[in-house]
Amino acid sequence: MAHTKIPNDIREKLGIGDDKVYGVIGEFEDPHDLVHAGQKIREMGYTKLDAMTPFPVHGIDQALGIKYSKLGWIVICIGLCGTATAQGLIYYVGAIHDKFVIGGKPLFDFTFTIPVTFELTVLFSAFAATLGMFAMNGLPRLYHPALNYRNAHRATDDRFLLVIEATDPKFDAQQSAEHLRSVGAATVEVVEG
Amino acid sequence: MSDLAITQNPALMEVNPPLVRADSLHDVTEQISSIVEGKVEATPLKYWITLGVTGSITLLLGAMLTYLVSTGIGVWGNNRPIGWAWDITNFVFWIGIGHAGTLISAILFLFRQKWRTSINRSAEAMTLFAVMCAGIFPLFHTGRPWRAYWLFPVPNTDLSMWQNFRSPLIWDVFAVSTYFTVSLLFWYTGLVPDVATLRDRATKKVRQVVFGILSLGWRGSARHWQNYEVAYLILAGLSTPLVLSVHSIVSMDFATSVIPGWHTTIFPPYFVAGAIFSGFACVMTLLIIARWTLNLENLITIKHLDNMNKIILVTGSFVGYAYACEFFIAWYSGNIYERFTFLNRAFGPYAWAAWSMYSCNVFIPQLYWFKRMRTSIPVMFIISITTNIGMWFERFVIIVTSLHRDFLPSSWGYFHPTWVDKCTFAGTIGLFLTLFLLFARFLPMIAMSEVKGVLSYEKRFFKDQKAPAVTQ
Repeated sequence: MAHTKIPNDIREKLGIGDDKVYGVIGEFEDPHDLVHAGQKIREMGYTKLDAMTPFPVHGIDQALGIKYSKLGWIVICIGLCGTATAQGLIYYVGAIHDKFVIGGKPLFDFTFTIPVTFELTVLFSAFAATLGMFAMNGLPRLYHPALNYRNAHRATDDRFLLVIEATDPKFDAQQSAEHLRSVGAATVEVVEG
Repeated sequence: MSDLAITQNPALMEVNPPLVRADSLHDVTEQISSIVEGKVEATPLKYWITLGVTGSITLLLGAMLTYLVSTGIGVWGNNRPIGWAWDITNFVFWIGIGHAGTLISAILFLFRQKWRTSINRSAEAMTLFAVMCAGIFPLFHTGRPWRAYWLFPVPNTDLSMWQNFRSPLIWDVFAVSTYFTVSLLFWYTGLVPDVATLRDRATKKVRQVVFGILSLGWRGSARHWQNYEVAYLILAGLSTPLVLSVHSIVSMDFATSVIPGWHTTIFPPYFVAGAIFSGFACVMTLLIIARWTLNLENLITIKHLDNMNKIILVTGSFVGYAYACEFFIAWYSGNIYERFTFLNRAFGPYAWAAWSMYSCNVFIPQLYWFKRMRTSIPVMFIISITTNIGMWFERFVIIVTSLHRDFLPSSWGYFHPTWVDKCTFAGTIGLFLTLFLLFARFLPMIAMSEVKGVLSYEKRFFKDQKAPAVTQ
């Protein structure tokens, strides 16, 4: 078992132990089987579901009832902050702090602010998209109990894992494992966390 | 979708060769990871020799820049009236090279061009390295690179003054630095799932730690992927106008001036088309070498190269149209300085440079109208090189021929590059190739998760027919 590698004091700190169960993981070889299985499992009434796949499997979010990402809203808000920053910066610098007339041009005019405003909007939005994506995914993180699954390393290679988390009100290690088997999982394992 | 219809018809498959050859998803992982995971001793000797050569040239760059800083900007051949010479030529050249990376990763992504998946990672890396090389030239052309922070709106006491936002040069600073940062974020975002794959395959402690840190704990959860796909789409959406803006703003450094030959509204689209043209040619050069040395023929196929050659033909023709248009406008404007500049460009002391440019950029790529030319590796290798020579000459012609005939004949001049000019430019080529070679050896050069996505999606259509797992 992978978790035996972790020293006991670290296990203590992370709040993991043999008595705790993270969930049940079932393994599939085909992404479409995973989506169908996910749909059936959800129809059985499970709510705390996840999947681990080597590439984005389309349709899995709807199958598992994962709501659409709100990242776009974060990006547009921070992007507009970039727009405001650029306008404020150029106005302060050119029309308030340094009132130099250069080349007969006005101290401030919307037209010459367009390039820098565009660039700063894009820059802020790109940071929001990247950092926001990692933050919403709870990354970076050092440890996750799902990685205790014996074949977790195949989830970034060629296997598709369906997870029923122990926090699910309907969760029961024995029964949930049976359910995963009934929807076609080749291997099923109870994972400690 | 039409691609899929073709793959289902065996007769059409013959006409359209497959895009990627892999037996299974695991095979994709193996083919790509094995390059990164190979033992140092097992890496072909030709790799280390090439790295040694390019590394030495990079040292030459260091020596040239040290000499420049310790002696002064006069070691370059810049003179009056040619105050912008090789340094700005090289800057625009390298920035242009970078544009193909963003085009492949962002614009082709938005157009759902699945063939991009085998080449986008290396093209994005190329963008980063090209922009690094580009940045060196204006930085050292300032003469005091240690004052580089004066370019940015950083409060400081030694200058006591802010930047002039009415100048296109400051727009350029923002455009290029944003371009580099966003390209880096885009590249890294795409790299994380693949680095997680390498982490999970790693057997040695060092690899586990390094890839563990770089992958940030990515585990491929459905929630991860959903946010990831949204982020990727947003980054592609942002990069598309960004890449068009960068070379447009670079062209404004010229277009907003009053120099005949520069002062023209065609510059932004003309520069962008030229940038994509040269960038694709550079991707082509690197991919042909990488595909040959690292045996990637299964993943980077003739189909990819053929598609890229079509883009080279289209953008090369844009550039040819822009040349013709410039000449027409020079005549039609009735402005004697404009007319003189363009006649002088084609028939004056720099005619050799102008005709090299027309031949390499407009005439030679016309060979790509023929499929035999588009699918011949030696032909495309040579054309990829001549295209980049041509595009370097384009920037040289625009900058130097426009400046060397000032308004007063008493101020006319001619530019002679010094040995420092030549060695510095060679040095940046060395730096670019060194970084690319290191990248190709130590990071996954092809986006595994994306190739797998395309492969698996289309494999489904073969399931019933028991056909091989080959995808169009």
